[in-house]
Amino acid sequence: MINQSPTQENTDPEDEGQHYVLQLFVTGISLNSVRAIANIKQICEQYLPGKYSLEIIDVHQQKTLAEREQLIALPLLIKRLPLPERRLIGDLSDTKKVLSGLGIIN
Amino acid sequence: MSLETANTSNSYLSSLPKTLTGITGLDEITKGGLPKGRPTLICGSAGCGKTLFSIEFIVRGALEFNEPGVFMAFEEKSEELAQNVASLGFDLNQLQRDKLIRLDHVHIERSEIEETGEYDLDGLFIRLGYAIDQIGAKRVVLDTIENLFSGLTNQGILRAELRRLFEWLKERKVTTIITGERGDGTLTRHGLEEYVSDCVILLDHRVSNQISTRLLRIVKYRGSMHGTNEYPFLINEKGISVLPVTSLTLDHPVSSDRISSGIPALDKMLDGQGFFKGSSILISGTAGTGKTSIAASFANEACLQNRRCIYFAFEESSHQIIRNMRSIGFDLQTHIDKGLLKFQASRPTLNGLEMHLVAIHRQIKEFKPSVVILDPITNLITVGTVSDVKSMLIRLIDFLQAEQITVLFTALTLNNVINEQTDEGVSSLVDAWLLVKDIEFNGERNRGLYVMKSRGMKHSNQVREFIITDKGLDLVDVYLGSEGVLTGSAREAQQLLEETGIVLREYATTRKDREIERKKLILESKIASLKEEFESVQDELNKTYIEDELRKEVMQKNREQMTRSRHNE
Repeated sequence: MINQSPTQENTDPEDEGQHYVLQLFVTGISLNSVRAIANIKQICEQYLPGKYSLEIIDVHQQKTLAEREQLIALPLLIKRLPLPERRLIGDLSDTKKVLSGLGIIN
Repeated sequence: MSLETANTSNSYLSSLPKTLTGITGLDEITKGGLPKGRPTLICGSAGCGKTLFSIEFIVRGALEFNEPGVFMAFEEKSEELAQNVASLGFDLNQLQRDKLIRLDHVHIERSEIEETGEYDLDGLFIRLGYAIDQIGAKRVVLDTIENLFSGLTNQGILRAELRRLFEWLKERKVTTIITGERGDGTLTRHGLEEYVSDCVILLDHRVSNQISTRLLRIVKYRGSMHGTNEYPFLINEKGISVLPVTSLTLDHPVSSDRISSGIPALDKMLDGQGFFKGSSILISGTAGTGKTSIAASFANEACLQNRRCIYFAFEESSHQIIRNMRSIGFDLQTHIDKGLLKFQASRPTLNGLEMHLVAIHRQIKEFKPSVVILDPITNLITVGTVSDVKSMLIRLIDFLQAEQITVLFTALTLNNVINEQTDEGVSSLVDAWLLVKDIEFNGERNRGLYVMKSRGMKHSNQVREFIITDKGLDLVDVYLGSEGVLTGSAREAQQLLEETGIVLREYATTRKDREIERKKLILESKIASLKEEFESVQDELNKTYIEDELRKEVMQKNREQMTRSRHNE
């Protein structure tokens, strides 16, 4: 597995892997969705200021996505870049797990 | 809901609405199918046929009942699934293109997922809802939803969400099958039966005596009558067929039409007309007595009268039978070519008894014969006990009589003294029982046939000699002489003897006739001479009488003359 060493964060600015591409799948304005959106925004601003892009997708609006993206549990956060791709489900309230899932901390 | 009984038959109106599955036999056991618009749980251990069962439910719904269906697979990929069922003639890809079914493979892998807080299964709901809406699905299969438990760790959320899912499916009014792996001591590993309270079907796969049998049992069916037995089922190239084990009543219609046995002399023994249509006939006898020949003759006759016949052979291959029967003048191949006759040859050990029964059912349903032959039933004993075989045959006879199909069994009896009592105990079940027996006498072996019983008709009580010639089968009278029953060459010798007797008798008769003629002539000539004698005597007598008359007259005249002459004086 090609892996970005989590300890090297913020030290390799030329590596494109350091730019975080995130997609958050939610369902309308359900409680979990609202919480997840708030949580991810806060985490990104705090840990990845200026080097992330976050796309928030309402699955209700794009139902075909559900099958294509193998969605089951929602909210779902997919880290597209840097590789490897990771999937985090839940309202992202467990910050420690989110950070380790995103590879920001070990 | 009570208005939605359109596609169930009228007799189920009073109970809850049901959806026909289209799976052979299952709709009879459940008396109309699965609960309409509700979830049904199908559970069983690995390899028991859950997936196939549910896919057949979807495919039959789409093809036969115009009810599109969504198949959500948690285990197999859509392509694998399509490949697996292609052998059953189900073209899932084509059905998908026709928008009759929709396959969705749900991939879930714990190692790829991190749980970071509260979540729900809205993704699954949306996905399923979208699939249902797209094709207007009336049926849904979730196979095997328990896989979610291995992908997601939060049991509390999962259980709550599953409960919500099943409620949601009910609201959507789709008839759903949920499959579940059998757990240790429980129906499913994760207790899905808690959520699905309407109908639970258990599939099982058992091996006894190295023969495997698939069994189906309805554990629970709320608000409906259902069969409670374990029903054997079969998976073959046509899909699943379940066999209703017993018919509960004895009220099948009977016919008084007759069907010829193909042996005119045997028909004559049976009130001159042969067997009843729709009856069951047993032919038993020791080895080599011609049971198969009688069976083939019966099949041949049925085909000649344009009736369809199916021949289950458990001992010989079809080619063997065709060749052998050609030697006695039955051309079975032409009947096969015409599609009137079908051979189904298999070793008994191919399947368990139940499987044989299911296979026989299936063949009969497909071929729709009016005559069925099982040759010999004795061989079935190798895969079951006597009572098993008997119960199987009872069920078979019940089924056949309900369908008005005439069935002929052959059975081998061992060469012992009490051979009348063997026959797998079926002799009491059958309507007609013929016995073919070896008669050993005078250094040769011949066959004797007699009718042990034949319900509802006059039948001969005579033992006939059963002969097989290259022109077919025939029965001839045996001779009962001072030395006992005569058959074979002894009978023929007796026949010759009788013929000689007839010639001699005829000769003797003609001689006597001539003697009588001669005597008659003599007597007649005697009568003639006597007659002449009589006439001469008569003449003589007449002569004297006339003389007397003349004398009297002359005397009278003389007296008158004398009187006159005296007066004149």
